[in-house]
Amino acid sequence: MTTFSNLLQLSYLEIPEKVSIVLQNAGQPDQEITYRQLILGANRYALTLTREEIKPGEVVLLILQHGQDLAFSFWGAVLRSAMPAIMPFLSEKLSPERYRADLASLISITKPSAIITSAEFEEEARSALIPGDSVRRVIVTNTIEPQSEPDFDTLAGVKASPEDIVLLQHSSGTTGLQKGVALSHKAVLNQLDAYSKAINLDPEKDVIVSWLPLYHDMGLIACFLLPVLMRVTLVEMSPFDWVRAPYKLMQSVSQYKGTLSWLPNFAFNFSANKIRERNLEGVDLSTWRAIINCSEPVHVESHKIFAEKFSAFGLRPQALQTCYAMAENVFGVTQSPLDQSPVVDEIDREVFMTQRLATPPIVGRPAMKMMSSGQSLANTKIRIVDENGKDLPDRVVGEIIMQSDCMLTEYYNRPDATELALRNGWYMTGDYGYLANGELYVSGRKKDMIIVGGKNIYPQDLESLANEVPGVHPGRTVAFGIYDEEAGTEEVVIIAEVDSEEPSEQEVIADAIRKHVTKSSAIALRHVKVVGEKWIVKTSSGKTARSANKEKFIQELNS
Amino acid sequence: MTEDITPALVKFIAEKILKQANKIIKTDEALISSGLIDSFSLMDLALFIEDTFGVRIEDTELNAQTFDNLSQLTELIASRMQGRSAAAPLHQ
Repeated sequence: MTTFSNLLQLSYLEIPEKVSIVLQNAGQPDQEITYRQLILGANRYALTLTREEIKPGEVVLLILQHGQDLAFSFWGAVLRSAMPAIMPFLSEKLSPERYRADLASLISITKPSAIITSAEFEEEARSALIPGDSVRRVIVTNTIEPQSEPDFDTLAGVKASPEDIVLLQHSSGTTGLQKGVALSHKAVLNQLDAYSKAINLDPEKDVIVSWLPLYHDMGLIACFLLPVLMRVTLVEMSPFDWVRAPYKLMQSVSQYKGTLSWLPNFAFNFSANKIRERNLEGVDLSTWRAIINCSEPVHVESHKIFAEKFSAFGLRPQALQTCYAMAENVFGVTQSPLDQSPVVDEIDREVFMTQRLATPPIVGRPAMKMMSSGQSLANTKIRIVDENGKDLPDRVVGEIIMQSDCMLTEYYNRPDATELALRNGWYMTGDYGYLANGELYVSGRKKDMIIVGGKNIYPQDLESLANEVPGVHPGRTVAFGIYDEEAGTEEVVIIAEVDSEEPSEQEVIADAIRKHVTKSSAIALRHVKVVGEKWIVKTSSGKTARSANKEKFIQELNS
Repeated sequence: MTEDITPALVKFIAEKILKQANKIIKTDEALISSGLIDSFSLMDLALFIEDTFGVRIEDTELNAQTFDNLSQLTELIASRMQGRSAAAPLHQ
């Protein structure tokens, strides 16, 4: 069994001149980073961490923009055998106070010893620190050690054990930041091995093209660790550039003969609906062998419009694939076989809604199309169980649970959360779905998580923000997501009870909620509904029943 | 010219982006830096402007430095419409 550092050392010796990463930034020429350059850059950070007395096994937070320093510092922490955790940086949309509070709370749980950041974010990072916390050093990118040949004999990472935790992966928001998924070398490498086989990865021929942020598991694992460790060239653009110019993904695939990409479902709709033909002149997408839909519910309609739009540019419709993934299994749990389009299961809508059974449609009644997320990876077992943990037969909806040789070690410093998530060695995903002929269909969520554009959002974070707005009855707010067919993702709804029955006053409060929540979470709200007393449905124990409120909201919207 | 631009922008932003049809948006209210219009919706706004007024906002211009409120955006559109009628044809 090997480790990340062993693999880096081998690449340094065997393929120094192969291009590892092509960095793209709008308005700048593309920057090629060879394996040699990547490891030289990483070594500078490893030496810097040593200079700053950061010890192996300590956590290092990386707060950096898309770019070479993020790549160098990540692998530098690995070579030092410290545990890197990539954090979102403060963007202009988010309030600095909230960012600071979230960062401070993450620090109090994860207890990092150092923060690596750039001059532009240094002040923000420092302002989250309090006397006596775990952070001993804030390392700014312009203070790192000069370049030198790496001495692998003295680099601590080379001596790491495969069981050691190699990195932490957080999801977003106050709640998400408090739960760092701790992954070992062994878990990540087992995942990469199983996943590479599922997609027939070929380091000689494959080129991965990505715009995904690295603080998200799909970006970090599929579009950063997989290419670097499996020796596949990665073309990486900034998520900020992509969202303003989604055609750049197609241009890059065409330019670099890209073969593989991973996208959340909304990106299929976004690309199909918002890219103008004039930006696709001369673009050839025929090399793209798999575009894998992952990290939020997959919709067959999204694939259809994407295929229709881009087939004129050489896209093969069977390139559109699906995957079900989560950080707790490093990444992939299932993958659709790449030699055919994902299976689409047509089922009776009413039987599905009322009896939680996926049965063939009855003639003359409404049907719905479920797209498969594929089959479990060779190293991962999945089961569908009822509330008592009893196995359910094919085509019956229940909770998806899974077990593999690539599961999380723990939620870092959170034994309580770890205990809740694991039962008898099985990870309880909190997602609902059913199996049919070995294909997994993910149909909903037991947990109240909202997923917008592939990003997990905890509704309780948004509710507590809404509670802070003057005029809102504290504790009388509810947040949930509803699927928007045009956008291909969920949209966030917040409902808040207020005293005033006056429409103009309600409007003012709705505006204030929108502003405060958006500024404090960087989540744009689609619907803000201010209601009078007793609108919100509570359970008998006084807890807010999010699904009941969602149903009530949808009914009112449609009436 | 500007008197037609602002109301059309308000209508589009309120109805399509914020889903609050009767929302009043002040001409000096921050749109981008406040997060009111998120990055995904910026593309929609750019496409709407192109289709409605026949002028382009480039993707590198979709940020708060180029425009952050209705009056700045209106001015930007108006100046480009003027430039267009004076010289260059709209479509390449």
